Amino acid sequence: MSLDRRKFLKSAAAASAASAMGMTVPVELQASQEKAESDWRWDKAACRFCGTGCGIMMATKGEGNDRKIVAVKGDPAAPVNRGLNCIKGYFNAKIMYGADRLTQPLLRVGADGKFDKHGKFAPISWERAFDEMEFYAKKALKSGGPEAVGVFSSGQYTIMEGYAAQKMMKAGFRSNAFDPNARHCMASAVVGFYQTFGVDEPSGCYDDIELTDTVVAWGSNMAEMHPILWSRVTDRKLSDPDRVKVVSIQTYTHRTSDLADIEILFSPNTDTALWNYVAHEIVYNHPEVIDWEFIKKHIIFAAGPVNIGYGMRRKGEKSLTDGKYSELEMETISKEMSKKVSAKEAPALAPYGYKEGDTMNNTAGTLKHWEISFEEYKKSLAPYTLDYTAKIVKGDPDEDINEFKAKLKALAALYVEKGRKVVSFWTMGMNQHTRGTWTNTLSYNVHFMLNKQAKPGSGAFSLTGQPSACGTAREVGTFTHRLPADMMVKNPKHRSIAEHKWMVPQGTINPVGKQHIMKIHRDIEDGLIKFAWVNVCNPYQDSASATHWIKAAREMDNFIVTSDGYPGISAKVSDLILPSAMIYEKWGAYGNAERRTQHWRQQVVPVGDAMSDTWQWVEFSKRFTVKDLWGEQAPSGPRKKPLPSVISQAKEMGYSEDTTMYEILYANDVAKSYKLDQKDPIQAGYDNSEGYGDGRNVIGSDGKVFEGYGFFIQKYLWEEYASFTRGHGHDLAPFDMYQKVRGLKWPVVDGKETQWRFNSKYDPYAAKETKENGNAFAFYGKLAKALPYGDLQGIKKKEKTGLKNKAKIFARPYMDPPEMPDENYDTWLCTGRVLEHWHSGTMTMRVPELYRAVPEALCYMHPADAKAKGLKQGGLAWVESRRGKVKARVETRGRNRPARGLVFVPWFDEKVFINKVCLDATCPMSKQTDYKKCAVKIYKA
Amino acid sequence: MSKKKVSSRRKFLLTSMRAAGLAGIGALVWSSMLEESTASSLILRPPGALPEKEFLKTCIKCGLCVSACPYDTLKLAAPGDHKPMGTPFFDARDIPCYMCTDIPCVPVCPTGALDEQSVSTDGELDINLSRMGVAVIDSSACVAFWGIQCDACHRACPLIDEAIIIEYDKNERTGKHAFLTPVVVNDVCTGCGMCEHACITEKAAITIIPRDVVLGHAGSHYVKGWDKKDEARIKDATGATTHTELSKESALDSLNDDSELY
Repeated sequence: MSLDRRKFLKSAAAASAASAMGMTVPVELQASQEKAESDWRWDKAACRFCGTGCGIMMATKGEGNDRKIVAVKGDPAAPVNRGLNCIKGYFNAKIMYGADRLTQPLLRVGADGKFDKHGKFAPISWERAFDEMEFYAKKALKSGGPEAVGVFSSGQYTIMEGYAAQKMMKAGFRSNAFDPNARHCMASAVVGFYQTFGVDEPSGCYDDIELTDTVVAWGSNMAEMHPILWSRVTDRKLSDPDRVKVVSIQTYTHRTSDLADIEILFSPNTDTALWNYVAHEIVYNHPEVIDWEFIKKHIIFAAGPVNIGYGMRRKGEKSLTDGKYSELEMETISKEMSKKVSAKEAPALAPYGYKEGDTMNNTAGTLKHWEISFEEYKKSLAPYTLDYTAKIVKGDPDEDINEFKAKLKALAALYVEKGRKVVSFWTMGMNQHTRGTWTNTLSYNVHFMLNKQAKPGSGAFSLTGQPSACGTAREVGTFTHRLPADMMVKNPKHRSIAEHKWMVPQGTINPVGKQHIMKIHRDIEDGLIKFAWVNVCNPYQDSASATHWIKAAREMDNFIVTSDGYPGISAKVSDLILPSAMIYEKWGAYGNAERRTQHWRQQVVPVGDAMSDTWQWVEFSKRFTVKDLWGEQAPSGPRKKPLPSVISQAKEMGYSEDTTMYEILYANDVAKSYKLDQKDPIQAGYDNSEGYGDGRNVIGSDGKVFEGYGFFIQKYLWEEYASFTRGHGHDLAPFDMYQKVRGLKWPVVDGKETQWRFNSKYDPYAAKETKENGNAFAFYGKLAKALPYGDLQGIKKKEKTGLKNKAKIFARPYMDPPEMPDENYDTWLCTGRVLEHWHSGTMTMRVPELYRAVPEALCYMHPADAKAKGLKQGGLAWVESRRGKVKARVETRGRNRPARGLVFVPWFDEKVFINKVCLDATCPMSKQTDYKKCAVKIYKA
Repeated sequence: MSKKKVSSRRKFLLTSMRAAGLAGIGALVWSSMLEESTASSLILRPPGALPEKEFLKTCIKCGLCVSACPYDTLKLAAPGDHKPMGTPFFDARDIPCYMCTDIPCVPVCPTGALDEQSVSTDGELDINLSRMGVAVIDSSACVAFWGIQCDACHRACPLIDEAIIIEYDKNERTGKHAFLTPVVVNDVCTGCGMCEHACITEKAAITIIPRDVVLGHAGSHYVKGWDKKDEARIKDATGATTHTELSKESALDSLNDDSELY
């Protein structure tokens, strides 16, 4: 290498480090204007897949309808990935053109051409599709009110389509039976954020990786699930191999342990004990490292009830009464109501007043908590001595207990070390957990006591699975209980703000938001929900106890619609299938795990007659008028009070009984002010199928050629949504600005993004809060910021004290999960993902190269277990739980190496349908399913 | 995949190839036989196969190994395959060897063309000893060398972290990412081809090649001074006489040569 080249590389590296250190001021980067030297066009976009949020450039070729995506490159200007990708991102150009792409609406029909639940799928027109949807949605409304209309929403919606769906569901249908697959992936992180900070989403950003000394991965296979972030961790390790330490804390050995200085294999669910052990080390053995000045200014201690069940079905629910659950299933479900305290958990529960053998009567999960003293918190940590912790946590039966103890001490020492920066990363391991919310809050405890949170290079950092779990599901609030920008349906002030912005009568929004995604499945099985629509997800493959939900969809009196690009299991289970435009066939935006929002333009016209989900929602809204939806609604499902009629207020607002939701929610005067304009450099030369229609001349929902709404609907949806965020700590920038930059980390204030929230040096909101007192931090989240007082066992003083700008440290014990291996089902089952495939595989299993690389899901197990069970490497085995069984090939020497007693089976493969085996227990607070643990037996097939 | 269907088709092919292989004649195939029996050395043989020349002498083209393979990996060479007809081979990109721990293809060999000893340790079958070939990486086509996070071959390797290891290197261009590149450990690689099969590039960037075609041999006169184990190679070392063009003539002859020095 010549000296000059060396010099250049060095300065380039220095420049990138510098930008990681300081406040990044967005620079206008010309995305699209690389003048075509040939017949292709480059434009920027975001990767379709995980929550990392890599920037890419798409090359398209051809004219009009024939323009196709032909190539992709990592965007060298994108700060996250600087031109690199993982192999899923590498194939972004190929995901939309699978041979079996859905191109027209399909309905199950009988010989007479009428809808028949037992009929075969046949192509129909869009008009007929909406006729059927309208009919069955109205029938459902009549039978069970708004609660009977459900939507499986998504963390893979674009921000605009999530917002469009949210408006129609919550303001139109007045239904909160609207919850995303993101519930399955980060709900525990969210409730953890709310409980600890009073506001959602991480304090830090990816720059923490370059700035830290220690990366601790808790229940996260970052190497496979966040490969680009992992390559940044690897680079950090290479930069200073002696100083930088990597710890991998997992239930089985996987690729993330490759780089680790310490690998800790823990017994499933005991990560709560491990966090408490680290806190115990701090409080009992190293009290001098506690930053009391920080704690006194910024922290209070808190506790909540422990007998909160496991988020399973509860006694009295219709399907339990009707006997839809077998005796074997009831063995586990009965724990939802009451359980015996085990020897393993008894010491941890002692400070809460339980001893071994006690019956714990569970109530349904609650978010309730109260303030306690530090002394009480300290008491909660007393059980987590090295001996007790090591005994219950050690996950490899073949590991020496003393060696294991040495590792635990080394872990604690890394956290405790003065001057050592530490980032704790986690993904599904800590979230998919029947005590997921607890585990999340426990992570902040350790960081807070050491004042290693919300600082460059230090902090507990929840990584996100989906590309817009943050941007859409969480920020837009496509959850049953949420409204945009951290507002809640249960808060009358929040409802009022949303009603005002949405130009709908005060009192329209349903105040009861309890139909989370598992509840939607259960409500279908109980016969409450009669109409359900699947958007950008695959709930019939991705939900545990899958057989129940499929049976309910196929055998009961209901109407299930799936909008998708490909025929996955959910489409197959449905009554009607709508062909959806895929990601680069529409204008869109995603928000990643570091609060970075990224936009792209429509690159190509959709295939066949596929149309975007936004279009589908807007067309659907044309079928419903004020009188159809806004009259009085009798109590239904979780809502015990009637919803008032708001028709007269609607009339006062100038609407008539026959005004459609389309006119109110989507095609109002504000919306129409966003003009289509081919002279606008943002729009010039780009398709806008919703705005103009397109050259395909798709016959639309009214039987006529769809010629567009005539205004820039995506920009309207963006700006209206963004107006919720501005001035509330979530500030998003104007639509046009995002077209020019490689994403911005919100809050974006005065054109500047925010790297570390709550830190007054970096976060303008924290700076504002601390202007008077000069504090370094302000944890300014607003939720649950006034608490009663008590001890570990309950509330003692009901009177509430405010805790403005403070965060919380929670006392939370280790508890057993509801189903653990026993003599009949002797093995833990853990599920998860592989690098090569995205979620349920509908896209990546159609990319030939990825299919070839990993064509089927394997059952990874320890060779000694295989031998003991008479199983052969590569041979087929049944993996059977109390709920069902699947056949999978045994792999004893692959990428994942469990210790004896645990198997890992990925869930991407619809032919190895592992969710038939998994248990739908959830964290009772976050309602997130625990896919990481249930008990199975494994035998030769 | 409907396995039954494939198997019956395979059965037909097997039978016809056996016939062709055993009979070895028939005007139709004669010309290709001539060409193919002397054809390329780039053929992947089943585990335990003798060195190619001996293998060709010993294999009676009975197809028992092919029938025993549970993954349909092994095939018998047909006319047009450009391989000695009737002999078993596999194409790793199509179906690799899945490295069955009980190696069903080897013990059934009636002639020892597939040598059980070579894949056994202390009388126990050990597939890790098989040397069907060795993986070779084209680092210009391998996307991991571009900085893409791939390593599909590494994760597919049955001897992960032994036969394929990952090397870490800083990516100076981005300043904050690392290269994670696969490296084949030739001594451990069995040539099963799981890596070639999994490779995500259009034409595989990692390929199995017969070991004698691609592997070098360093000779035994020099051992690594820093590697104690390497000394084992001395056992083959001899003090043999060396020959070069210069030493062709005896010392006396060259000294008495009349050619002029000045």
